[in-house]
Amino acid sequence: MNAEAAVLALAQVVAMVSLSPLLVGMMRQVRARLEGRAGAGALQPWRDLRKLLAKETLQAAGTSWVSVAGPTVLIVSSLLVCAMTPLLGTVTFTSVPDDLFVVVSVLLIGTVAVALVGLDAGTAFGGMGSSRHMTIAALVEPTVLVSVYALSIPVGSSVLSQIVAARLDDPASVASPVSLLALLALAVAVVAETGRLPVDNPNTHLELTMVHEAMVLESSGRDLAWLELGSWLRLGALLGLLSTLLMPWGIATELSAGGLLLASGALVAKIAITGALLAGVEVFLAKLRLFRIPELLAGSFVLAFLAVTASYLVVQA
Amino acid sequence: MSDSLYAQLVGLSGGVLLLSAVLIVWRRSISAEVRLLAVQGGALAGLVTVLGVNEGSTELLVVAGLVLTLKVVVLPGLLSRAVARHGASLHEETPLINTTTSLIALSLLTMLAFLVSRPLLVLGDDPAIAAVPIGIALVLYGFLVLATRRHAFSQLIGFLVLDNGIGTVAFLTAGGIPLVVELGASLDLLLVVLILQVLTARIRSEFGDADLDDLTELRD
Repeated sequence: MNAEAAVLALAQVVAMVSLSPLLVGMMRQVRARLEGRAGAGALQPWRDLRKLLAKETLQAAGTSWVSVAGPTVLIVSSLLVCAMTPLLGTVTFTSVPDDLFVVVSVLLIGTVAVALVGLDAGTAFGGMGSSRHMTIAALVEPTVLVSVYALSIPVGSSVLSQIVAARLDDPASVASPVSLLALLALAVAVVAETGRLPVDNPNTHLELTMVHEAMVLESSGRDLAWLELGSWLRLGALLGLLSTLLMPWGIATELSAGGLLLASGALVAKIAITGALLAGVEVFLAKLRLFRIPELLAGSFVLAFLAVTASYLVVQA
Repeated sequence: MSDSLYAQLVGLSGGVLLLSAVLIVWRRSISAEVRLLAVQGGALAGLVTVLGVNEGSTELLVVAGLVLTLKVVVLPGLLSRAVARHGASLHEETPLINTTTSLIALSLLTMLAFLVSRPLLVLGDDPAIAAVPIGIALVLYGFLVLATRRHAFSQLIGFLVLDNGIGTVAFLTAGGIPLVVELGASLDLLLVVLILQVLTARIRSEFGDADLDDLTELRD
């Protein structure tokens, strides 16, 4: 069991590391085309990464070891999330299952690492970005927990693999009101967590409203490459989780070469569909005012909460 | 109708009722709230239809038609006409508590609704009985909107959500009300909305706005 789980985790990490820059490139390309621009092509994030990795890493004057360690912590936590989320298969370690609470806390470690990197250089922009990032994270985590909790009630377990396997066994449960409400809330939470529109605009630089870009302003070279790749991996893993919960088909319940290949193909298709959809919707959205964001997140929390109460209703009925 | 389909349809219409009420609290534009109110009326009519088909009662189906005309066509039509006369951009500018707080309050009210309807849940295993907390939650949501909004139209919308909640509880627990009673209650509701609409128009022509907080002081 554990050997199989290790193989699967490795396969997921390899798949996500190669896929998520492509996903980001594809989303940028979709946006560019819809806005009437030519776009840089889907491979541009990979070229950026190669360029950054070849460059010298410079530390801003007065930074401490936090700036050195932060990018590594982020990339490690993102890789762990990719390894633990059931993206390709539902085989999991027996001692450390891919429990919902474990995944969310590993995500949070990455969030805190980026925020500390933003604070460490002591610039005004970095501090602003970090404070906004932590505010949003504090509002998002309850929604993520409560919405996946709503999905876990019919299964009776908070292990993500078991939730996905149960949904695969009973496809009718995907379309139930409880699961739709919970997935809607989770989608809003994922959008906020990964810094997409309408919460944060991933394409802007040097604007007073930026969140993610403000924190990585002082990083360069390899550190910047890890920070960027880490946040892309988070986007990829969360979108993958969302699409796997919405469309569980194709995922491998047992480990075999054919099953893994099929699951990889399904994963590529699922992530491509959700990513293109997200990018397409973003074209029509404007960034929300910062003080309206708690409203949006409170709304998504209420949706998740209603999903929990309604799932007790369905269980009783 | 099979049992599982019945349970699913009751759950679905209950979900739409609850979701539309949450969105009414969430949105600020009054014309959007009126559209959501029509959706909620449609969900209520759907619920009554499902109950009627399940019990094989023609009377309930007639009541469902009545609910449909009154709550999807007539009342939202009246309200949207009044809103259109008021001006293009009608917003609830300053509710007494902000939207974030009211959304959090909604989740607490939902919990309260489930707690207080516990004694009702022993009535049976029927999915309709299990959905009673939704009706009580709607009543509480309606009270929240009535208590925290300042604009006369918003308060009217809160009143209608409250009425939808009472209707939901009545249909779910009693398996329908006699047609005469339902007819009387519907006429009452229509009359209340008409009177309040005229009153709102009068308030606006006197004070230039329909903000009810302006009416708390005596003036010459």
